Amino acid sequence: MVNPMDRILLSGNEAVALGAFEAGVKVGAGYPGTPSTEILESLASYPGVYCEWSSNEKVALDVAIGAAYAGRRALAVMKHVGLNVAADSLFYAAYTGLGGGGLTIIVADDPGMHSSQNEQDTRHYARFAQVPMVEPSDSAEARDLVAQAFAISEQFDVPVLVRMSTRVSHSRAVVKVRGPAVAPGKRRPALADPLPVSDPHSRSAGDALTALTANPGKYVMVPGNARGRHPVVRERLADLGRWAESCGLNRVEPGGRALGVVTSGIAYQYARQVLPEASFLKLGMVWPLPAGLLRRFAAQVDRLLVVEELDPFLEENLRLLGLTTEGKRWFPAIGELSPAAVRRGAVQAGVLGEEPPEPVPLPSLPARPPVLCPGCGHRPIFYALRRLGAVVFGDIGCYTLGAMPPLSALHTCGCMGSGLGNLHGVAKAMEGSDGNGKAAAVTRGRPAAVIGDSTFYHAGLPALANLVYNGGGGLVIVADNSTTAMTGHQDHPGTGRTLAGEAAPRLDPAEAARGLGVKRVATVDPFAVDEFLAVARAFLTAGEPAVIVARHPCVLQSRSRRPPVRVLAERCNGCGLCLRLGCPPLSPDGDGVLLDSDLCTGCGLCVAICPRQALIAVTDGEGDSLHA
Amino acid sequence: MRDLNFMLAGVGGQGIILAGDILAEVGLRAGADVKKSEVHGMAQRGGGVTSQVRWGQRVYSPLAEPGRIDILIGFEVLEAVRNAHYLRQGGLAVVNRYRLAPPAVTAGEAAYPDEGDVEREFAARGADLRWMCPPSGRERLAVGVQLLGLVSALDPLREAFPPEAWLDALDRLIPPAHRELNRQAFQRGRAAGADVVPAREEG
Ligand code: SF4
Ligand code: SF4
Repeated sequence: MVNPMDRILLSGNEAVALGAFEAGVKVGAGYPGTPSTEILESLASYPGVYCEWSSNEKVALDVAIGAAYAGRRALAVMKHVGLNVAADSLFYAAYTGLGGGGLTIIVADDPGMHSSQNEQDTRHYARFAQVPMVEPSDSAEARDLVAQAFAISEQFDVPVLVRMSTRVSHSRAVVKVRGPAVAPGKRRPALADPLPVSDPHSRSAGDALTALTANPGKYVMVPGNARGRHPVVRERLADLGRWAESCGLNRVEPGGRALGVVTSGIAYQYARQVLPEASFLKLGMVWPLPAGLLRRFAAQVDRLLVVEELDPFLEENLRLLGLTTEGKRWFPAIGELSPAAVRRGAVQAGVLGEEPPEPVPLPSLPARPPVLCPGCGHRPIFYALRRLGAVVFGDIGCYTLGAMPPLSALHTCGCMGSGLGNLHGVAKAMEGSDGNGKAAAVTRGRPAAVIGDSTFYHAGLPALANLVYNGGGGLVIVADNSTTAMTGHQDHPGTGRTLAGEAAPRLDPAEAARGLGVKRVATVDPFAVDEFLAVARAFLTAGEPAVIVARHPCVLQSRSRRPPVRVLAERCNGCGLCLRLGCPPLSPDGDGVLLDSDLCTGCGLCVAICPRQALIAVTDGEGDSLHA
Repeated sequence: MRDLNFMLAGVGGQGIILAGDILAEVGLRAGADVKKSEVHGMAQRGGGVTSQVRWGQRVYSPLAEPGRIDILIGFEVLEAVRNAHYLRQGGLAVVNRYRLAPPAVTAGEAAYPDEGDVEREFAARGADLRWMCPPSGRERLAVGVQLLGLVSALDPLREAFPPEAWLDALDRLIPPAHRELNRQAFQRGRAAGADVVPAREEG
């Protein structure tokens, strides 16, 4: 039976892309980051939209601001920490406005830190930059709110933030198809016509730019002009606050009088599930807040709770309005919220009766943290660095997993690009002391930095320029697997391909390093274990800036496989050296080792390091040219 | 349709997201409101991964609470037992009898739970545990679909959802190049499930 599908399942991220497409977005720019990555990947598949992976989030936001300056609708996409990188641009765009173009900035928070270095609450940025923020609580809302965000942006001449979160971005939920039904074999509707776009778009880009050049007081943020803009920013926020009272994005869902819940985003879904009797004020726009609506709602209920994920943002702002409310007293401010956490808090707050004890997991099961894939080119890098005893300043990417035992060869991870600056500071701090006291050839304790190829273009370039300019030393390893692996294999300036899959100039980190004045630069496949060790040793002790581009394609992307390695039990003496690679196929087995040949990619690293030739590469069969 | 909560648990890279998508699609086509949660990013590098699929009249949260999952689909033994507390009393657990040692076990610092412990854990939660014989070779690529085949042959899905409902969803979501492999996997799972049905007549 063929069922014309008028309902489809979209992830929150796909729904954002659909909403942006339907709203007639012309330019989308971003940098990959879990949980936001799929938004641009999805948007790029729609016709008539230009999308790019920018080299970092700040560049992406500047690109989007430019497109909005040209009178178009533009989307910038990033994860929460990406907005830290792009914050400078958010603040000037808040001052200049967009002059009629629409700018929507999607920022995806990661409560619980599924794949992040912290869990910051992006709502503070809305207040900080004095710009509006909307927050969907499922896919259907995400689609609609993105379209609304563009309209708000144009009506109020302001960038609009859309706060997503892991659980909204990565949940699938039902979205109604407008326009043609979904074709068989397709996961989403054939492309509906974009909604008729609002007035500013009937202007040509040329007209928009003429208006821009005629108005330096609005767009040239030198102090004299910016002083004139700050009052505009304040007044605009006040206007938005009045608009929020009746805009339809904030809705009251009447229930019992005993309990009123103010909530937004995914927390709304959890609270609705757990507290079916309560009255709800569901905020679709979380900044600025509708003071009057909140006061009226508070007056209609006996007790007012705020259920929100992460910081007490709404709660504190409700208090500033003089409302009596409880929130973080009962519901956690740390980690991801869940229906279970909301239930626990509701029981403690006395608004739900006692429940039978919550089932808990079996204690003492071994954890299963993420690990580098079998055959991953990062593993031999960390093998070498551990052997050399380097102190390694790390960065953000799959290679951060080099910190995990048994490799344990990466010693810091802060944020994108931080390792290179850290390395420079450490080297400067060591000058004249420990560093000099060391015999020239001693590698132990010497600092090195490891940065991925995508991260290198994101935030490594300025740090490397600084290191050269300021006479720094130390070894920088660019772990170049020709992709942005951790987020699911996105392209970047070093891959030779664009987001649209078209050929692009392929930047080479080695050339970039030379161009920045680094004299010692080498490109080595880290699986050439002896060569890599020798170069790393020489560079580590060189006392001048030195860069190794450790190049090996990501095995999860290339799917390169050779026949699995064979274990010759009679040669193995159980020394355990290979087990210290932390490669999943290898495990101890009595006095020897066991190799899971389904998992082994035949990369040959364990073969290269086994001192007794007990691990043997199998050369026959259909292995490809992994090491050609 | 009655409300049903599913949970899929396994190791990053085992195809949990796709299997969950198929489950979600089957529910959608049956007219249910559906929500599905999944995990992306770091955990996909060989970490423990879960996904939940919820069918119902009106589903608010994409996450169910512990003790409220009706059907747990385990792709790997340790990850299945790690999430056993999500099952409701009397829930169904279908588990691929595949053991993948996590790093602490490989390093000899922890023990992998033995099968008796696993069975006791599910029994203690009043769950009905069915083992699935693990596929090997290329068939491992479709382990999730094989598990769905098995689940489809058991209560409470057996009557309400004929194989075509599953195969339609599968065709919709799986690119042609992998369709045959997955269709076969579904049938293999379904056949295995059909065998055990007569032993269990309640429901
Ligand atoms: S995805 Fe690629 S880079 Fe990341 S751990 Fe696996 S092989 Fe290494
Ligand atoms: S050859 Fe050795 S190091 Fe490489 S994947 Fe196989 S077991 Fe791991």
